[in-house]
Amino acid sequence: MVFLEFEKPLETLYEQLEKLQQVGEEGDIDVADMVRTLENKIRTKRKEIYSNLTGWQKVQLSRHPERPYTFYYIRQMCSKFVELHGDRCFKDDKAIVGGLGRLDGQTVVIIGQQKGVNTKMRQYRNFGMANPEGYRKALRLMKLAERFDFPVVTLIDTPGAFPGIEAEERGQAEAIARNLFEMAQLRVPIVSVVIGEGASGGAIGIGLGDRVFMLENTWYSVISPESCSSILWRSWDYKEQAAEALKLTADHMMDFGLIDGIIKEPLGGAHAAPEEMAKLLKRHLKKTIGELQELTPEARIEARIAKYAQMGEYERVSPEATVENDNS
Amino acid sequence: MGWFKRLKDGIQTATRHKKDTPEGLWYKCERCKETSTVKELKDNFFKCPKCNYHVRIGSHDYFDLLFDGNYEELFQDLRAKDILGFEDMKPYTERLQSAYDKTGLTDAITVAKGKVNRKSLVISAMDFKFIGGSMGSVVGERISLAVDHCIATQAPLLIISKSGGARMMESAFSLMQMAKTAAKLSQLAKAKLPYFSLMTDPTTGGVTASFAMLGDINFAEPEALIGFAGPRVIRETIKQDLPEGFQRSEFLLEHGFLDFIVDRKELKETISYLLLCYDLQ
Repeated sequence: MVFLEFEKPLETLYEQLEKLQQVGEEGDIDVADMVRTLENKIRTKRKEIYSNLTGWQKVQLSRHPERPYTFYYIRQMCSKFVELHGDRCFKDDKAIVGGLGRLDGQTVVIIGQQKGVNTKMRQYRNFGMANPEGYRKALRLMKLAERFDFPVVTLIDTPGAFPGIEAEERGQAEAIARNLFEMAQLRVPIVSVVIGEGASGGAIGIGLGDRVFMLENTWYSVISPESCSSILWRSWDYKEQAAEALKLTADHMMDFGLIDGIIKEPLGGAHAAPEEMAKLLKRHLKKTIGELQELTPEARIEARIAKYAQMGEYERVSPEATVENDNS
Repeated sequence: MGWFKRLKDGIQTATRHKKDTPEGLWYKCERCKETSTVKELKDNFFKCPKCNYHVRIGSHDYFDLLFDGNYEELFQDLRAKDILGFEDMKPYTERLQSAYDKTGLTDAITVAKGKVNRKSLVISAMDFKFIGGSMGSVVGERISLAVDHCIATQAPLLIISKSGGARMMESAFSLMQMAKTAAKLSQLAKAKLPYFSLMTDPTTGGVTASFAMLGDINFAEPEALIGFAGPRVIRETIKQDLPEGFQRSEFLLEHGFLDFIVDRKELKETISYLLLCYDLQ
């Protein structure tokens, strides 16, 4: 088990529990009662810790090394899945994956950012940071879905689109922009879920949906807390303050009306009970897809665009008012 | 009755109509370091008379450069709101106030309608001086309203981008403006109205990754910095020096992301020709 910094009290309790169980196995002292007490204590402690998570702690949870990634959910949710590779222009991006899956008798196109599960794979997956070909592969699969009337599911988990020389040469910005433009008009339902990190253009590049959900312990923001700290505070040391200031948690996003719902995670986070998490996610997806399929493509597109068009908070002043600092 | 009457414009001009350009009598070029007079600079379309460096100018400079005389500003009643209560080293509200005071502008984009060689055009032009030309809710909404206006009046749209990207102080609201502007532009496309995207120095981040790259025609001023990630971020990520000319207009043209590069002197003529080709009137 990997314990995050704020989970340290739990780690101590788990150590105690382990020792106690050892004693129980070795000798003939009955430790059952004590074990039970300790387990209860762990449960209470966990509840206590998890009911008061700060923004930064949620950021840490979203990056937990044991957290389930896109392929895990696909394997758990789909009876069958075939991965489809390549953007047909340049190459196959490893940070965005996708393919055809069967969701209880219905074909869906599932696309998502994929992070690696160990050091070698993390590099192979480029830490979930896609290049333009990843976004173009995603678009190719969405267009395929459109032709055969398959609903599209996108799973978001990225620290951002990759900032590299080649990415710029091949038009990272154009690839993301094009996806937004095309997704706005896609004739099939699109359901997007932030399952981990939702950082910036790299996230929204596959995230324009009829319905957008966030898992409970994830974040969605215009910039990562680290980069925000480095730019606005001119130092990497203010990431915790930045995480608070950016109001990037699922609760905030729901309050702002920028997402359509929060999917609860099991106690201790998605990684504490991944199978249960996958079941919850699947139930949500199926229900939402069903609702969206009731609408005609035209009605869906209109509602989708209207949803995004109303996003934004501003004030209105009287039309005559100008920003005056005239000295004339 | 006064003894003297000011005959020239510019002295009585309200601050909001003042230009985003060098003040004073002399201009020293940022690139070639040569000195010329501000008048020479202005007469040369705000390009260095010695080396043709395109000086960064503001929305109203572009309106003056492109429209035949009069134009009407639209959606000026919108103002940014500090919905997050954002505070870094300075509260967002203070940043906004100082931007209002310093620039006389109402946000990082101004929308205006007018005629270009007698053809109607809606221009949305950004100002880098207003919090780095960053895109928050007001920028997104003004573009959205500009699209609606274009559809209602069957006018084409030109957006002149000049921005560091999304505005951090509005966090996810800024991020969603990428989706919002792209979605609205898809409506303009469906209505078969042309959208021209002019990228100027600099155009980066969420602005490039949304409306700036979505033009039916994408073009840029010479040597403008255009990209997704900023050069500093890329250098820090890959830990190597960037090639010369990287992320400049010429680089984007070479890699296939621009239709052409236009000298500011030929800007009006070029746009006027595009309008003629699309022949909307």
